[in-house]
Amino acid sequence: MATDLTPRVTTELDYAGAERLTMNMGPQHPSAHGVFRAILTLEGETVVGVDAVIGYLHRCHEKLAETLAYVQYPSIASKTDYVAAMTSELAYVMAAERIAKIEVPKRAEHLRVLVAELQRVASHCLWLGTWCMDMGGALGGGATIFLYCIRERELVLDLFEKLTGARLLYGFHQVGGVRYDMPEGFAADCRQTIDLIEARLLEYEAMLEDNTFFLMRTKGVGVISRQLAEEVGISGPLLRASGVDFDLRRDAPYSSYQDFQFKVPVETDGDCLARYRVRMVEFRESIRIVRQILDGLPEGPISSRPGVKAVAQVRVPKGETYTRVEGPRGEVGCYLIADGGPKPYRMKWRGASFSNLAVLPFIIPGHSVADVVAIMGSVDPVFGEVDR
Amino acid sequence: MLTAADVRSRLATLDGVTIAEGDSPLTVTVPAAQWATIATRLKDEMGFGFFSFLSAVDWKEEGLEVVAWIDNTDARLSVVLKTRLGAGGTTCPSLAEVYRGANWMERECFDMFGISFEGHPDLRRILLPDDWVGYPLLKLYDVDTPYPPYR
Repeated sequence: MATDLTPRVTTELDYAGAERLTMNMGPQHPSAHGVFRAILTLEGETVVGVDAVIGYLHRCHEKLAETLAYVQYPSIASKTDYVAAMTSELAYVMAAERIAKIEVPKRAEHLRVLVAELQRVASHCLWLGTWCMDMGGALGGGATIFLYCIRERELVLDLFEKLTGARLLYGFHQVGGVRYDMPEGFAADCRQTIDLIEARLLEYEAMLEDNTFFLMRTKGVGVISRQLAEEVGISGPLLRASGVDFDLRRDAPYSSYQDFQFKVPVETDGDCLARYRVRMVEFRESIRIVRQILDGLPEGPISSRPGVKAVAQVRVPKGETYTRVEGPRGEVGCYLIADGGPKPYRMKWRGASFSNLAVLPFIIPGHSVADVVAIMGSVDPVFGEVDR
Repeated sequence: MLTAADVRSRLATLDGVTIAEGDSPLTVTVPAAQWATIATRLKDEMGFGFFSFLSAVDWKEEGLEVVAWIDNTDARLSVVLKTRLGAGGTTCPSLAEVYRGANWMERECFDMFGISFEGHPDLRRILLPDDWVGYPLLKLYDVDTPYPPYR
């Protein structure tokens, strides 16, 4: 029912005399995970048209980046996707490093992958919790899973706090490496945390996968076909849930992903349940990568450049590049054009959530209002990244 | 399996198309008039089905340049398509009929650069309010331009 590639337009529908209603969902809706407005056209409980309105969180990061030096912007970059701040920082510094041909020490590369994977675990925890809470009381009390997931996410944020001093927006990456090394005892804490989370994933699955209501809310809901997925450019878990075996960590390795072994989960159903399954495997694969890093972390410096002393310290020669990073939500890209000065000439953010959200008008029509919430949650948008 | 050399040789026969050095990605510059037809060929004949992003660059007096990045996820190939609109030029053919993802990306590009994409089904601002004046990512637009009625 939702594989048709054209967005359904209300005027083409056979109007059988039922009351048609325009309903404004948002911009301040608890299930929107941010500020998002969906103007729904309803026939009874069924959605027949969607106009998605975004931009409420727009800060024009792209203009801002043109006014800030290469040493200043990375910590601002974390404010695009504030749930996975490590990802966007990484994309930006990688772009500058690639144009300027700056080497990054091996230890720094491994630390980058470490934080990226921990970030994925934290981000997926938040996704699972909020999504299940959106679907509400049917899942046995609604807030139960949410509180469990937030409890686990806090543990990961504690690790980040030990590492960087910050819990949400880190400023961890810098051009040439990373800013902080692991403090004493960090590796042991890290192992303890991921062991705990791995064990608790089984609890989540036991709560959800045998739950008839969960399956009713997710199975066959919000199906995205492979062709639609590719054309819209959705990425990450959504793309892999629609049968495309594509993961930038494996297919276009960056940083030091080629040093680690992990599986890329692929599902073919393309519905909410498939997206859930993909992310549950990703949890475990991230944990697996974290273990490999902790087992073989190379010694050495954490940055090839000295700490930041002056704003114009990093100069990037003329050139352009596009770096893409597999964030928790998909492909986060930074298209950077440098003109030789201390600031970029042009910087374009490709936000994973922006493209992922663009699929909603194609898949929501035909579903009930309650399903809109389930579909939105399974897309896992972060509006800081949609609006940039 | 399709290789970068195949794509290169297939595109090289077309008029006005220049392909830069380097295979990852293949940087293909096309005339604006052939923008949509070449994208269609890449998608239909060479399997570049994945639409990553579309944006523009303001090269000041040289005019605007539109950039799009597409992938073939099976052959793991990437193509950057570029076209120059010429000094003062603000129209470009739309890719929205070729790639659904171009719909929002072109709206964003219109919002930020004022480029009108011909053939776009619903070209209106997406991130900024409808009553916004000006196009912020143009180089002539100052960062601290006041937004009426606020000063």
